[in-house]
Amino acid sequence: MARGTTVRKIIEVQASEELKIPSFDGGGPPSSPIASAEPTVSNARLAVLMFLAAEAMFFAGLIGAFIVFRLSSSAWPPPFQPRLPVTVTGVNTVILLLSGLTMQLALRAVRAGKSEGLIWHLLATVLLGGIFLGIQGYEWVRLIQYGLTVWSGIYGATFYTLVGCHGLHVLGAVLWLTVVLIQARQGRFTAERCTGVETCSMYWTFVVGLWPILYGLVYLY
Amino acid sequence: MSDSVAVVATHAVPAHHEELGFWRTYVFSTDHKMIGRQFLFLGFFMLVLGGLMAMMIRWELAWPETAVPGLRWLPEPYAYEGIIPPQTYNMLFTIHATLMIFFVVMPIMVGCFGNFLIPLMIGARDMAFPTLNMLSFWVGLLAGLVMLAGFFVPGGHAAAGWTAYAPLSAKAAYTGVNWGQNLWIISLLILGVSSLMGSINYITTIVNMRAPGMSYFRMPLIIWSLFITAVLLLLALPVLTAALAMLLFDRALGTSFFLPEGGGEPLLWQHLFWFFGHPEVYVLVLPAMGVTSDILSTFSRKPVFGYHAMAFSMIAIAFLSWIVWGHHMFVSGMNPLMGTAFMMSTMVIAIPSAIKTFNWLGTLWRGSIRFTSPMLFALGFVSNFLIGGLSGIFMASTPVDIFIHDTYYIVAHFHYVVAGIIFALFASVYYWFPKMFGRMMNEPLAKIHFVLTYIFFNATFFPMHILGVGGHMRRIYNPTQYDFLHPLQPINVFITVSALLLGLSQITFVTNFFWSLFGGKKAERNPWKANTLEWAAPSPPPHGNFDALPVVYRGPYEYSSPEVEDDYLPQNRPLITQSSAPRTH
Repeated sequence: MARGTTVRKIIEVQASEELKIPSFDGGGPPSSPIASAEPTVSNARLAVLMFLAAEAMFFAGLIGAFIVFRLSSSAWPPPFQPRLPVTVTGVNTVILLLSGLTMQLALRAVRAGKSEGLIWHLLATVLLGGIFLGIQGYEWVRLIQYGLTVWSGIYGATFYTLVGCHGLHVLGAVLWLTVVLIQARQGRFTAERCTGVETCSMYWTFVVGLWPILYGLVYLY
Repeated sequence: MSDSVAVVATHAVPAHHEELGFWRTYVFSTDHKMIGRQFLFLGFFMLVLGGLMAMMIRWELAWPETAVPGLRWLPEPYAYEGIIPPQTYNMLFTIHATLMIFFVVMPIMVGCFGNFLIPLMIGARDMAFPTLNMLSFWVGLLAGLVMLAGFFVPGGHAAAGWTAYAPLSAKAAYTGVNWGQNLWIISLLILGVSSLMGSINYITTIVNMRAPGMSYFRMPLIIWSLFITAVLLLLALPVLTAALAMLLFDRALGTSFFLPEGGGEPLLWQHLFWFFGHPEVYVLVLPAMGVTSDILSTFSRKPVFGYHAMAFSMIAIAFLSWIVWGHHMFVSGMNPLMGTAFMMSTMVIAIPSAIKTFNWLGTLWRGSIRFTSPMLFALGFVSNFLIGGLSGIFMASTPVDIFIHDTYYIVAHFHYVVAGIIFALFASVYYWFPKMFGRMMNEPLAKIHFVLTYIFFNATFFPMHILGVGGHMRRIYNPTQYDFLHPLQPINVFITVSALLLGLSQITFVTNFFWSLFGGKKAERNPWKANTLEWAAPSPPPHGNFDALPVVYRGPYEYSSPEVEDDYLPQNRPLITQSSAPRTH
C-alpha cells in the first residue's frame, strides 16, 4: 500500500512538471494532471437535467400531435363539445406558479442554512401542488358530467392525454416533494449538503414551467 | 526510465476488491462489466431467436406453403403440420425486426459495449450510477420477457410490422391480434424506461468521470459514438413513448388519435414513429462506426485519419438524423413539397458518412495492416456499409423511391446497413473478448467464421436489390401468387439457401465463443498492443477496474509514433523528453 502511494506521488510529480512533448497527433501534457475534485455540474444535477430533457421530448411529442389536430380542424372546440373552464384554470395556473416561487424560496433557505424556512416553504409548495391537483380533479369530474370523455372525440382525447400526463407528473413531483419534506424535518439537509432539495426543485420547476405552455395551448388557443 | 515507472504504477496497488456472493456477482451486480456481459448474453439469446425467425421467413419465400423442416411440433394455429399460415408469417417479420433492432443490436452495441467500455476507456472505476445501471438491465430484461410473452397469448403476437403503421395497428379487428399488439406496445414502453436510465448514466459518466488528462478530444471514437448515441436515445425514445401511449389509448381506451373514422390522423403515427425511427437508425449504426474506427487504427498501426473530422461528422450525422424522417414517407400521401425538402436533407447525410468512409480508407492507407479477425470483421462492416449507404442515396431521391418503395430493394438496403452491423458486432466481440473474459478466442476458427459470414451475407442480401427492381414487394406471403414474379423465383430460392448457410456458419462462432470462454488461451493485459486505457487494466478487470487510476497524456491513436521504439504508445504512459526529465524523486 505504502509503495503504491509513493508511485502515485511520483506520477503526480512527473505529471505536474512542465512536460514539453513534441506533438504528434493530439499529443501534449494532460490539461489537468491531478484528478479534479469538483465537476462543473454534479452527477445528480446532470442526471436530472438529462431526465428533464427526455421529459421535454415526451411532451413535445404530445404537443406536436395536439397542434396537428388543432390546425387540421375547422372549428375548435368542435361543435356540441363542452367549453373548458378558462377562468378557474387561470386561477389554478397562478396557484401552480406560486408554488414555483415557494420552491425557489425553499431552495434559497436551505442554501442559507435556514432549516425552518426550508420546511415551511416546502410545506407551502406541497400544499399549493395539492390544491392544483384538487382543482384539476374537480374540473375533470365536471367535464365528464358534461360529456367530455376520452372517447367522445379527438378534442377530449387530446385534452385528457396532455393535461392528464402533466397531472401525473405533478402528482409524482408532489410525492417526491413530500419525501424531501420528511427528510428536511429529519434534518438531513445543510447548506453544503442539499442535493436532494436541488434536484427536486429542478423537477418541480420543470413541471411548473410546462403548465403555462399547456394552459395557453389547450385552454386559450 | 519512464517505462519502468509506468510498469510499476500499473502493478503496484492491488485494485480495491471485496468478495461478493454469487447473486451479487453474477445476477444483481452493480459492476458495469458484469452488466455489460449480461446485456451481451441477452442480446445473443435474442439474436438466435430473431435469426431462426428469419430462416422461417426465408423458407416461406423460397418454397411457399410447404412444411418447414423441423417445425411439425408447432401447434395450431401457429403452423399446420409445419406449414406457416399468413397470420404467422406476419407475426414472424414483425417480431424478427423488433427483436433484432430493440433486443439484439441495442443491448449488444449500446448496452453491452457501452457499459463495458465507457468506464474502462475513460479511466473511471465504474459508472456514475451503478444501481441505476443494474436497474437498466433488469428493466430491459423485463421488456424482453413481455415481448416474448406475446407469442403465448390468444391471437398470437403483433402482426402489423415493426413500424406498427396505424390504422392497421390501432384496432384489434384489422390484424386479428389483440393482446399480442398490446404487449408489443407495453414492452417497448418498458424498454424506453431502461434506455432512459442507460443513456442518463452514459452521459453523466462521460461528462463527469473522465480520468485526469482525458479531454473530450482524447476520447477514443467508440466513446464519442456512444456519447452521441446516448444523446440520441435520450431525446428520441420519449417521442416513441408518447406515440406508443397514444396508440395504446386508441386500442384500449377507445380514443381515435390514429383512426380516421373518429377524426384521427393515421399519418400522424408515421410522423411520430419516424421522428423517433430515424435517430434510432443512427443509434444502431454509430457505435458500429465507433468500434470500426478504433479497430482499423489499431490493426493498421496508424492514427485514425482525421480524428476531429470523425468526431464532428458523427455529431453532424446525429444532428441531421432529426430532420430526415420524412424520407420514409415519400409515398404515404404526405405533401410532395415536404418530400422534396426531406430528399434534400437526406442527401446531405451522405457528406458526413462519406467523410467517415474516406477517413477509414485514409487510416488504412500505407498502414502496416494486420488481418486479425477483428480487423477482417471491421473491414467487412466498412464494405457492407458502403453498399448500404450507396443504395440509400438511390432511395433518398423521390422519383426513384416511388418505383422501389416497399420492394425488396429497401429490404436489401436496410439489411446492408442494420444487419451489416453484425460485422461490427463480431469485430467488437473478437476484439474485446480477451478483456471481457480473460481468454483469447481461437483465431483460425474466427477467420473461417469471417469468410463464411462475409460470403453468405452478401449472397443473401445482394440479390434482393435485383428482386426489388424487378418489383418484388416486401412483406408478401407467397410470391408465386403473382405472375410477374415467377421469373424471379429462382433468385428467392438462391437467397434462402444462402441465408440458411449464413445461419449455419454462425455455429463456428458459437463454438468458438463457448469453447474460448472456458478453454481459451489466457489473455495478457494488452494482447493487441493497443493504446486505449482498457488495456492498462488486468484481463478481465477486477471490481474497480484499475490498479491505480490512470493519468492520460495523449490521444488514443498514437500508433507508430516516432517518439518511442514500440509501434504503440498507450494513452497513460508518461513520456519524458531528455530536457524535462524529472530532476529528483
